[in-house]
Amino acid sequence: MTRKRTEVADIDRSMYDFRFDNACERVDAGLTPAIVEEISRRKNEPAWMRAFRLESLEAYHAAATPDWGPALDGLDMENIVTYVKPDTEQKSDWESVPDDIKTTFDRLGIPEAERSYLAGVGAQYDSELVYHSMQESAANMGIVYSGIEEALTGEYADLIRSRFMTLVPPSDHKFAALHGAVWSGGSFVYVPAGAKLDFPLQSYFRLNAKGAGQFEHTLIIVEDDADLHFIEGCSAPRYNVANLHAGCVELFVGKRARLRYSTIENWSKNMYNLNTKRAVVDEEGSVEWVSGSFGSHVGYLYPMSVLAGAKSSCTFTGITFAGTAQNLDTGCKVVLAAPETSAAIQTKSISKGGGISTFRSSVVATEAAHGASASVSCQSLMLDDASRADTIPAMDIRCKHVDIGHEATIGRIGDDAVFYLMSRGLSEEAARTMVVNGFADPVGKELPLEYAVEMNNLIKLEMEGAIG
Amino acid sequence: MSTDILLSIQGLSVSADGKRILDDISLDIPAGETHIVMGPNGAGKSTLGHAVMGDPSYAVDAGRIVFDGRDITHLSPDKRSHAGVFLSFQAPVEIPGVPLTSFLRAQIAGRQGIDMKGRRFKQRIAELAEQLEIDSSYLDRELGVGFSGGEKKKLEMLQLLLLKPRLAILDETDSGLDVDALGVVSRGIEAYRRSCEGTLVVITHNTRILENLPIDAVHVISDGRLVESGPAALADEIDARGFERFESGKNLAAASADVRDSLHCDHAEDGLLGEKRAGDCTPADIR
Repeated sequence: MTRKRTEVADIDRSMYDFRFDNACERVDAGLTPAIVEEISRRKNEPAWMRAFRLESLEAYHAAATPDWGPALDGLDMENIVTYVKPDTEQKSDWESVPDDIKTTFDRLGIPEAERSYLAGVGAQYDSELVYHSMQESAANMGIVYSGIEEALTGEYADLIRSRFMTLVPPSDHKFAALHGAVWSGGSFVYVPAGAKLDFPLQSYFRLNAKGAGQFEHTLIIVEDDADLHFIEGCSAPRYNVANLHAGCVELFVGKRARLRYSTIENWSKNMYNLNTKRAVVDEEGSVEWVSGSFGSHVGYLYPMSVLAGAKSSCTFTGITFAGTAQNLDTGCKVVLAAPETSAAIQTKSISKGGGISTFRSSVVATEAAHGASASVSCQSLMLDDASRADTIPAMDIRCKHVDIGHEATIGRIGDDAVFYLMSRGLSEEAARTMVVNGFADPVGKELPLEYAVEMNNLIKLEMEGAIG
Repeated sequence: MSTDILLSIQGLSVSADGKRILDDISLDIPAGETHIVMGPNGAGKSTLGHAVMGDPSYAVDAGRIVFDGRDITHLSPDKRSHAGVFLSFQAPVEIPGVPLTSFLRAQIAGRQGIDMKGRRFKQRIAELAEQLEIDSSYLDRELGVGFSGGEKKKLEMLQLLLLKPRLAILDETDSGLDVDALGVVSRGIEAYRRSCEGTLVVITHNTRILENLPIDAVHVISDGRLVESGPAALADEIDARGFERFESGKNLAAASADVRDSLHCDHAEDGLLGEKRAGDCTPADIR
């Protein structure tokens, strides 16, 4: 037992912590207009994007650091190299991907996932897209899935220019501005009207260089009557230098269209995860968020749904696991901006070993939200006395005829449940893990099987040595 | 020969939250025998079962528990389970989100002789479910969630037959059951005895479950003490006259109300053990 107790502070994450020393080009640390111009020059970007980056940089320097959430003191921007380019060029087939990168992806399980049923895989190694493929069926339906950088100069250049960072403008907050200045890599998906993809598109992001930030941009447009499931999975190795993730996701959902956006994030425990995700939904369209937040030192994550069209809807199903030295501030935002819009939010949080988990939500009903409804449910599980769980729900209701509900529960694992399971031969750790997995099950049910399995494995990993 | 004694409880005193619940209990259960533990509500019967299983809610103040010649007093419940001790809970817990089959798989994992994989496991569970008249759709449910009291007890029997432990302690397995469910549970107990020459400790304040059971000894616990041990006839006597004579002298005022309730219950004439009127008796020993 003594041995296990020591693991509480230093959980064996070897399964997820791996890296290869790879010869990489780096730009100098620190954020200056010269650096931003250098990034843009190397990418051979259109002039508007270079101007956009420079404006964003100004906004970044002008904006204040958020002071309402977990402390960001450990984040030293001068030390974060914002752009690391891997030696490989973009590849379109698996065979030609370099072996060390392939091994990294192997350990992330990508080939297996691809073999089974997934359509396209765009995986980001450091800040560059190195591997990208797409099955014939998706392309045949006119569905575009590519790296966003290459799409900037392609057939959809004008469309991207008209949408890029309009949902999350650089003026939104300091880290959105930072993203606008230094964004690199990411995915572009365009689903034309009426196209329904019956298998998910998937991407993996990896951050693998010491001191490197990751600022990928995801832009997805689902036209009227179309249907898409997009899966974003992240894991990162652990380093000592403070690492920053300030990605941005912008989702445009058309009339009667449906977009499911699933994420399992598992960042290394020194990561500052300041990600901004936002969707706008047109009439009778729906966006479904499934979000699992694991790892990272500090997290600010509140996927936002703007229900702009009448009868549009959103669901949000999320789970957050905050372990030792983690302060995860997660939740979601909804704007009910049209009649008869509806939102269903269900979140679970687990805190352990002194971890802090805060659920923060914002539901806004505008004057136009006649007949709208929203339900918010938040359940927190604390695994020991040292941990903490908070719930901060905000509601701004400007319309009389709306139905808004909120419920929150905070609890612990019952000793009687643990004894019952142990009496049938399960170790205490196995018993507690089983209870926690059960708690997380409603989220797992929303995920494709292999991701649900991965989430259960992550929980199992986090629970190792939980018995003190 | 001491090796014939499977469970030996030696001078066991147990407390919870600083309150003494069991006082100097000594009891030997030979392998292969069926022993009955009776007593009024609040006497400490359930505590005895839980203490033998290693429930951390109870502190062992004195004495020891020896299982198959090995002192298990300080073993964790999972280790006792792997040694061959099984406790059927009076009130099995509900754990939302945990599939019943995952729980059953986790129980047999690593157990010699009964660890089975894939189709064999499914077959075995299906057989047991049929034998115990458990609707197979229940197997897809979450652990305990949405199960009636009777269904929960049947699932305890399923686990008993799956694990085939060397010692089975059945804590008020008969409480809250209707006649049909009681019949199923009784047959389950019989199947356990036959299949592995199992040793049984049946905790009850009722005698109906005992009707088809060959009883080797009856032990009466009152006010945390073992007050009498005797042959099967002792159960008949209790059935006829209740626990009154075991409580003379050092009767606790606080317990007297419970005792009256339990007497009433034991003499319920409707024959349906599960259909006592509300307030007639407390279903659980006070733990």
